[in-house]
Amino acid sequence: MDYSQFLAMKQEIGLLIVFLLVFLYDTFMPRSAGKQLPVFASVLMLIFTAACCFCPCLAGSESAFAGMYETSAVIAAIKNILNIGVVIVLIQSVKWANSEEMAPRRGEFYELLLVTLFGMYLMISARHFLLFVIGLESASLPLAAMVALDKNRYESSEAAIKYILTAVFSSAVFMMGLSFVYALSGSLYFQNIYLALTGQHSTMLVLALAFVISGVGFKLSLVPFHLWTADVYQGAPTSVTSYLSVISKGAAAFAFLVILCQAFGAVYANIWEWMLYALIILTITVGNLFAIRQRNMKRFLAFSSVSQAGYIMLGVIAFNAMGLAALMYYILVYIFSNLAAFGVIGAIENATGKVSMDDYRGLSKTNPRLSLCMMLAMFSLAGIPPFAGFFSKFFIFTGAINQGSVAIYVLVLIALINTIISLYYYLLVVKAMYIAEEAPVVETFKSSCGERIGLWITIAGIIGLGIVSCVYNFLLDTTATSAINAYFM
Amino acid sequence: MNITLIYWLIPSLIMFCCGVYGFITRKNMIAMLISLELMLNAVDINFVLFNRYLFPGQMEGMFFTLFAIAIAAAETALAIAIIINIFRSIKTVDVQGIDKMKF
Repeated sequence: MDYSQFLAMKQEIGLLIVFLLVFLYDTFMPRSAGKQLPVFASVLMLIFTAACCFCPCLAGSESAFAGMYETSAVIAAIKNILNIGVVIVLIQSVKWANSEEMAPRRGEFYELLLVTLFGMYLMISARHFLLFVIGLESASLPLAAMVALDKNRYESSEAAIKYILTAVFSSAVFMMGLSFVYALSGSLYFQNIYLALTGQHSTMLVLALAFVISGVGFKLSLVPFHLWTADVYQGAPTSVTSYLSVISKGAAAFAFLVILCQAFGAVYANIWEWMLYALIILTITVGNLFAIRQRNMKRFLAFSSVSQAGYIMLGVIAFNAMGLAALMYYILVYIFSNLAAFGVIGAIENATGKVSMDDYRGLSKTNPRLSLCMMLAMFSLAGIPPFAGFFSKFFIFTGAINQGSVAIYVLVLIALINTIISLYYYLLVVKAMYIAEEAPVVETFKSSCGERIGLWITIAGIIGLGIVSCVYNFLLDTTATSAINAYFM
Repeated sequence: MNITLIYWLIPSLIMFCCGVYGFITRKNMIAMLISLELMLNAVDINFVLFNRYLFPGQMEGMFFTLFAIAIAAAETALAIAIIINIFRSIKTVDVQGIDKMKF
């Protein structure tokens, strides 16, 4: 075996180095230095991200292990997008990680987080289902441990058991689907599956695809598989929730697109287009309707993220290069908007322990800057024009419409109507903060340095990405030249 | 009698369905975990069978099974750790006890 092919996995190796440094710091530094671990990890991750973003040597296409692993400019770009999100999550969680409660397991949060990120890298780069399953599991198992991290709080364990049981159930269903795919095609390489399935249509194939889609749909919390989302988001520590809602979802969305195009692209029109069609309508609508009645902010954002996942799936069903670029752009914008919202929630929770929407009444009088951040995040999530959220929705709708069939026009229309419904519940938060007459519930407080830096970055992203068009153009150029284009029809 | 693929697939199908049924109906979390193991083992049997009967020239299915067994073990270990944690808090492993968060 030629061991030099490990060197093709440049970003994975970089992440592994970051992980090892954090692990060694946590293990061997004296206990008094432990307080600096969050800053140390954030800075390391920041350096790694910057190196990945600006190093041109990563943009080349390479494949290793007989084609099981593949990297290219598009894959490097999506990994960089995830890295940016992770840096923001780490910066925002410095105060929480340094709290009294977390002191004995401060290091574990960072180690588990980096391991799940590594799993997501493998999911994105895998071109063989064995590697994909390993990536999927090493992304979801440590996440369950992260959800349970708040050991003394019962809700944390309850959320974790709900997460792990549904995760294992869905991965069993997923692997059952894979065994059918293996029986039909005789291989687990995406490429061979694509060739073997061309022109095929059988009940077994429909069943196999239904199983595979439901398995990945669980990770993305698409609607019939979303029931874990609200409970897990509510019970998990806020930093873990924000990680779960953006990074894990973004990685799964991209991996989903890669699987559906590169392995099952040949049966797009006659099988999975319709499955996904139904899933998208259900996801967007049910997510929106349930979000309206939530009073807990974390549950509210959970259902909002369910419906956002439906919008992200529009980029998959588009099945063209623009859909891919729009999906990546949507994930990037979603990372900034959602992390701004979670940043505010986390800051208020750390200072006062309050997470109910009723506690946000009159927040603008006591904490004007936090309310402003929250308002911008809500506007961006809802898709109000000057902010990035509008453009991401615009591009993803355009990508879907470019696919051209009448059914997709109807789908986009339904998504548009749902955008209006979502505006209602996003504005409920803004109304509570700005218009409610009652006396403010939350006292004036000063948020910590990390929380403020995190919020500044996210606000810059929300406003900047809407104006600076070169980001989207860069993504569009990268996808236009990528090898994945050969699979689109 | 010649034992063909279909005779082997029936037990694996029964195992998978029992697993799904048990996961939905059982009230004890450990029993739910056992049901999940049944489902994962049905998957392993499927992979080995398809490899042995349909594609005897290669080893892909067998290798997948080996990895799937390892993954299943990791999942069980983690789930049991979390169940123990819950037992410490509420002194039960009954799913009806874990209903603090609801719609």
